[in-house]
Amino acid sequence: MDTAEVRQKVLDIIADVALDDDLSDLDDSVALREQLDLDSMDFLDIVMELKKRHKIEVPQEDYPQLASMQSCVDYLTPKFNQ
Amino acid sequence: MEKYDAIIIGAGMSGMAAAIRLAMFDKKVIVLERHYELGGLNSFYKRGKRNLDVGLHALTNFAPKKTPGKPLTKLLKQLRLPYETFKINEQKGSQIVFPDHTLNFNNEIEFFISEIEKEFPDQVEGFRQLLHKIENYNETALDNEYLPAKEVVRHFITNESLLEMIFCPLLIYGSAWENDMDFSQFVIMFKSIFLEGFCRSEGGVRTIISSLKERMDAVGAELQMKTGVKEIISKDNHVVGVLTEKDEEIHAPLILSCTGFPETLKLTGLEEKLPRTGAMSFTETILFLKEKPVDLGQDSSIIFYNNRPHYQYQKSESYYDHESAVLCFSNNFNTDDYDEGIARVTFIANYDQWKKLERKEYVAKKKDVLQDSIAILKNHLPKWDGQFEFKDVFSPTTITRYTSRFGGAVYGSPDKTRDGRTPIDGLVIMGTDQGFLGIIGSILSGISMANYHGLQS
Ligand SMILES: Cc1cc2nc3c(=O)[nH]c(=O)nc-3n(C[C@H](O)[C@H](O)[C@H](O)COP(=O)(O)OP(=O)(O)OC[C@H]3O[C@@H](n4cnc5c(N)ncnc54)[C@H](O)[C@@H]3O)c2cc1C
Repeated sequence: MDTAEVRQKVLDIIADVALDDDLSDLDDSVALREQLDLDSMDFLDIVMELKKRHKIEVPQEDYPQLASMQSCVDYLTPKFNQ
Repeated sequence: MEKYDAIIIGAGMSGMAAAIRLAMFDKKVIVLERHYELGGLNSFYKRGKRNLDVGLHALTNFAPKKTPGKPLTKLLKQLRLPYETFKINEQKGSQIVFPDHTLNFNNEIEFFISEIEKEFPDQVEGFRQLLHKIENYNETALDNEYLPAKEVVRHFITNESLLEMIFCPLLIYGSAWENDMDFSQFVIMFKSIFLEGFCRSEGGVRTIISSLKERMDAVGAELQMKTGVKEIISKDNHVVGVLTEKDEEIHAPLILSCTGFPETLKLTGLEEKLPRTGAMSFTETILFLKEKPVDLGQDSSIIFYNNRPHYQYQKSESYYDHESAVLCFSNNFNTDDYDEGIARVTFIANYDQWKKLERKEYVAKKKDVLQDSIAILKNHLPKWDGQFEFKDVFSPTTITRYTSRFGGAVYGSPDKTRDGRTPIDGLVIMGTDQGFLGIIGSILSGISMANYHGLQS
C-alpha cells in the first residue's frame, strides 16, 4: 500500500471520529489537534479504529507518532505493509 | 447459556450510551431493561392522544455546533452522532424568583452578571472571582475530594440571599445531598446551567432516545426489554453474570449498571452497608393549555420559584412542598413544536409519606398537588383563567414503579462512586450514582465508564 492510500485510510477514520469537522484543507505537517476538535478520548478512538478496521496495534508509547497526518503516514505505512 | 463481553443493566441514558460505545468496538453487549420503554428517569409515555415526557424540562450544556471540548459536542462525537441529531433549540430565558429578588438568566453569562449587578451590586466582584475559579476547576477528575460547595462559595459570595439564588437551580436540577452539594458537582452544574445553558430537543426526549436506539441497532448492541435483573452473580469477588427475572442466566466478565448504587449492590445479595437511599424526590404536574404561555403573559423557559426567606432544598416534611417549585414552559424555546401550551410544575416531595397512602387517599393527594400547581401557575401566567385541556400528575411512588429507584430518589444516592468501582471486581456503576446526572451528564457517564472499564483495559 502506498503512502497516498495510507493517508486516505487515516483520513477515513478521522472523518468518522471528528464527524462535524471539515477535512478538506487539512495541513499534513501541522498537528491534527491544532486543526481539528480532537482530544485524548478521540485519539484513543483513532487507535481503536486502526485495530478494528486494519488490525494495526499502536502501543501507548507510540501515540505521539499520530500527532500530524504526515507523522501518521510515516509511522503507519510500514505497518499497513507488514 | 449466552456469553457476552459486557452486560448492561438498565436502558437509562447512561446504559444506552455505554452500549453504543462498547458495541462500536466489536464488544458483544446486551442491555437488559425491566420496563417496556427506554429512557429510565427520562422516558416518555402517552395519555390519550398526547405525547408526554417523564422528565424533560430542558437539556443542560447547550453548545453551538463545533464548539470544541464541551460536554454536548464531546458526547455527540463519541457516539458518532452528527450535531443536528438532537435537534437542539436554545431557551428564551429563565428566572430565579425569590421573595425579595428576581434574577433573569440565559445562555450568556454576561447577562446573568448584569442581573446580579442590578440586584446585588456589591457582589459582582466576588461573583467574577468565583467564575474564574469555576472556569479553571477540573470538576471531572476521578480523584477529587468531596467538599461542601456552600463553604467554598461563601468565600466569594457574602450575601446569603444571592448565594441561595445561585444554588437553587443547581440543587434542584442535580443534587442528591440536601441543602448543599459537593463542590465538584456544583461546578459541573454551574457550567451546565449558567455557562453553557438550557436548550431543548425538538420532539422532546423521544428525539434523544430514538437516536440512541438507532445507533445501538447500527452498531449491533443487543437489547432485551421487559427483562429485569434479579441477581448479580459473582465468584471470588469477581462478577460472573446475571440472573434475570425470567430465570435466564447470562454471563459476562463486565457488568455496567445504571440502576443506582444501592439498587445495584442489593442485586449482589449484599444486605448490610448498602449506600444510602437518596432523600430527594418530586411530584410533577403536566398541564396542556388551550393557549401558549406567551399569549398568557409568560415568555420564560424555566422559573425557579421560592417563597421562603431561606430556600429549602430538602425532603419535605409533608407530602410535598409548595413553598418552592420549578415551573417549566416547554413552548418557550426557540422552536415551539407543540400545538398546545404546556406547563410543568415540580414540587419537592416525600416518598415515605406517599408510599403509605391507600389508593383513594393517593388519588385525593394528587388532586391537591394539581390545585397547588394551578395556584402557583396563575401567579406566573397573568392572563390564564385556570382552565386546561388535559393534565397528568405523577408522584415519588410513580417514579419508583417505573424506574426501580429506591425512595423515588431522582438524583440517586448521596453516596457516589466517582470511578464507578464497586466492592465487586467487574461490576461498575454509571450514570446518576457515578455522579453524573441529567440527560447530558448521564450520557457522558455511560461513555466514560464504557471507555474506562470496557475499552482501555
Ligand atoms: C421528573 C423528572 C424531571 C427531570 N428533568 C430533567 C431535565 O429537565 N433535564 C435533564 O437533563 N434531566 C432531567 N431529569 C434527570 C434525568 O432524567 C436523569 O438524571 C437521567 O435520566 C438518569 O439516567 P441514568 O442513566 O442514571 O439512569 P436511569 O434513568 O435511572 O435508568 C435506569 C434504568 O434501569 C432500569 N432498571 C432498574 N432496575 C433494573 C433491574 N433490576 N433490571 C433491569 N433494569 C433495571 C430502569 O427501569 C431504568 O430504565 C429529570 C428526572 C425526572 C424524574
